[in-house]
Amino acid sequence: MSETMTHDTHHDEHPSGIKRWLFTTNHKDIGTLYLWFSFIMFMLGGAMALVIRAELFQPGMQIVDPNFFNMMTTLHGLIMVFGAIMPAFVGLANWQVPLMIGAPDMALPRMNNWSFWILPFAATMLVAPMFMGDNFMSGQGPAFGWTFYAPLSGQYDKLAFFVFAVHLLGFSSIMGSINIIATILNMRAPGMTLMKMPMFVWTWLITAFLLIAVMPVLAGAVTMLLTDKYFGTSFFDAAGGGDPVLFQHVFWFFGHPEVYIMILPAFGIISEIIPTFARKKLFGYASMVYAVASIAFLSFIVWAHHMFTVGMPVAGELYFMYATVMIAVPTAVKVFNWATTMWRGSMTFETPMLWAVGTVFLFTIGGFTGLMLGVAPADFQYHDTYFVVAHFHYVLVSGALFGIIAGVMYWLPKWTGNMYNEGLGKLHFWLTMIGMNLTFFPMHFTGLAGMPRRYSDYPLQFAEFNQISTIGAFIFGFSQLIMLYLIIKCIKGGEKATDEVWEGSHGLEWTLPSPAPYHSFDTAPEIK
Amino acid sequence: MSFKHNNIMTKGLVLLGLWLGVVGQSVAEYNLNFPEPVNAVGREIYDLHMLVFWICVVIGIGVFTMMIYSIIKHRKSKGAVPSDFHESAKVEVVWTIVPFIILIAVAIPATSTLIKLEDTSDADLTIKVTGLQWKWKYDYGDGVSYISSLHPDHNKARQLNSGIDVTKIDNYLLEVDNELVVPINKKIRFLLTSDDVIHSFWVPKFAMKKDAIPGYVNETWTTVEKEGVYRGQCTELCGKDHAFMPIVVRAVSEGDYNAWLAKQKTAAAAAAAEAAADKVWSKEDLMARGEAVYKGKGGCFGCHGANGEGVATFPKLAGSAIATGDAAKHIDVVVNGVPGTAMAAYSGQLNDLELAAVITYERNAWGNNASIVQPADVKAAR
Repeated sequence: MSETMTHDTHHDEHPSGIKRWLFTTNHKDIGTLYLWFSFIMFMLGGAMALVIRAELFQPGMQIVDPNFFNMMTTLHGLIMVFGAIMPAFVGLANWQVPLMIGAPDMALPRMNNWSFWILPFAATMLVAPMFMGDNFMSGQGPAFGWTFYAPLSGQYDKLAFFVFAVHLLGFSSIMGSINIIATILNMRAPGMTLMKMPMFVWTWLITAFLLIAVMPVLAGAVTMLLTDKYFGTSFFDAAGGGDPVLFQHVFWFFGHPEVYIMILPAFGIISEIIPTFARKKLFGYASMVYAVASIAFLSFIVWAHHMFTVGMPVAGELYFMYATVMIAVPTAVKVFNWATTMWRGSMTFETPMLWAVGTVFLFTIGGFTGLMLGVAPADFQYHDTYFVVAHFHYVLVSGALFGIIAGVMYWLPKWTGNMYNEGLGKLHFWLTMIGMNLTFFPMHFTGLAGMPRRYSDYPLQFAEFNQISTIGAFIFGFSQLIMLYLIIKCIKGGEKATDEVWEGSHGLEWTLPSPAPYHSFDTAPEIK
Repeated sequence: MSFKHNNIMTKGLVLLGLWLGVVGQSVAEYNLNFPEPVNAVGREIYDLHMLVFWICVVIGIGVFTMMIYSIIKHRKSKGAVPSDFHESAKVEVVWTIVPFIILIAVAIPATSTLIKLEDTSDADLTIKVTGLQWKWKYDYGDGVSYISSLHPDHNKARQLNSGIDVTKIDNYLLEVDNELVVPINKKIRFLLTSDDVIHSFWVPKFAMKKDAIPGYVNETWTTVEKEGVYRGQCTELCGKDHAFMPIVVRAVSEGDYNAWLAKQKTAAAAAAAEAAADKVWSKEDLMARGEAVYKGKGGCFGCHGANGEGVATFPKLAGSAIATGDAAKHIDVVVNGVPGTAMAAYSGQLNDLELAAVITYERNAWGNNASIVQPADVKAAR
């Protein structure tokens, strides 16, 4: 096979069947794989959430035993973070970064294939112990919380499964990040300077650096657990001179940047969508970039605000309080900028815009509770209660997840060449919105009233709010089937999308035909 | 078409508005908010919490009003024409600096409260609290030390499909066998540690929460202004029965407290004398005491089941190799625990008599038929 021959004939040709997906090096195929994988994980993690909510529907244990319950909270968290949210963003990056910077593909296509195909194995390894009990209810999955604090995680029989699953997830993320950085820094169309890059590309560039910085730290944490458990070391074992609090420092040095890894690309998506549907340029582009960079920097120096109750010296607590509340400044700048972008625009509210505006509203609520949690003396009361659960679901569900859905709806016509059904899109949005708020808003109250998180059963005074949360969760969960239907329907057909798709669209991806051809920007476009 | 979709939008916004209204109103009431604190530092924390909350509400109303206004007015269907402004150094500097100033205004009271909260000096009395899977051990010194676990009735009710209607149980999950007793109006210092995994000691009305960590001795303090019973729970995931290790504190007058403590000291001395005596016990006595420890203080049933059948992934004892095999191995497992598993070392939690009794019980209940163990055997194995 000579290369010159294939070069002219390769347009839109690809192997069919399973081989196409196994061996693909095409950024669009890999993006699609990532997105479907994350959707499957989203359904799995969601099903686990519904088990949790069903058990908590009323006080007393009715459905599962406490160990199984803990397994559900643990796997729900791990699957949503590492299986659903992160791969979805990588999927969006795969699809969109080359299209938005005018590159023909990702810089390292074979590594791209590998970083995806690691994921299904990692996920399998994470979940497999669930099926290793005598029966389903005695499953042996991890049950120590997604934060896997030592020494509790050291009591877990099948720790090695968990550790190696996390290692694989880490490899995948690091390779994905290297690829994204290499693509963005080397393959931008001529004339696209850094400060002309679309916000989504900017946020992903910064996110990729965060990932490269912290995934090795996570790998270190799990490796130390592994050697503590199987090789007699005592990193975290007090009896051998180790330090259980060290684990938390290491974990949260990963964990705090991790939460920004899950939100920054969503900020980027919102910053693409709002200007499109407001038919007006993004307000304060430069300050948006600086705000994202500041948030990323601050994310490295605030980790111990997750640990105010471990008994740090008061000077340490003061430092972490001051540093933490500082994050409110760049975050507020972003919210003000979005609101000002909408101001005196000419807005329409197609589905992606609904999701984007919904994200801004609800993420802001999550930001406010974040500020409250940052105030250390009050955090002693909030810590490890449902108030925290409410807070991080407001940022991760209505921030990260809603951002992802907004992005999928926004670019779906470009990917499939068909318009999705607007009525279904709006129905999905409103049901999700209602379900989400019904689930998580009451958790603020249960938390303040004193219900600790990760509880398989609870005192009677929390019953009403838990009941409302459970009803909300089922509405929220089952509404997602609408999205599945909508996406399949859109892939199969529908009103043909124009190249621009949206009246106010701006950016290189909209200069391509819809659907975007299998190979795009073979010749780099020129940016004035 | 566009009229219809305006309509949906408006309905959604009304809903959102109602929702926000509910927040503002309900937080003013205590049952949706922190329980009323019973000490000065607790009230400071409460005020700080409300201060930050109202700041958030005001900013939220500002931002949301602006967004809702533009959503209603600046829409294409209303004929809005997009402006082309997209930056303003002046505005951007202002809204960077203003939040910064607000944060400083919050940080000042927060700093002073935090320093008070962490000041454990000049305490009137000290109680050592040890977290255990899944119970608390309270230690007053002078041999007064006891385990506090979930009340047996509650424990029965909370089992999967117990058939007991938990809504009929007063203070469900918030009742223990042995309460923590403290005097009112004294500065009480708690020293916190753990024998296994991390736990966290929280009584909401005391506005006090601190982790109990193996290998660490953490400090926290409180004062209680009113007599009464105060309830809290463990707030750090500590395994299977994390939800079932409540904290119940009875605050009494200084006189009552001293009387209670004196009685505890006498009882502790008597129990120690009984366990220390090298008496040889009959199998019946050991079995009876052993069953009480197994189902009570020792909490063994929590993992191994009320009938030795084992719970979830935890080992069963009925017919197990250890419970029917060599007594020395059995004693070792119970006294020293099994590192790397949830099996704790009971040497510090139970005395020789209790250990001998519970081991004998495990070896001779549920169809097991093995040797009995005397306190002297346990003493020799320590």
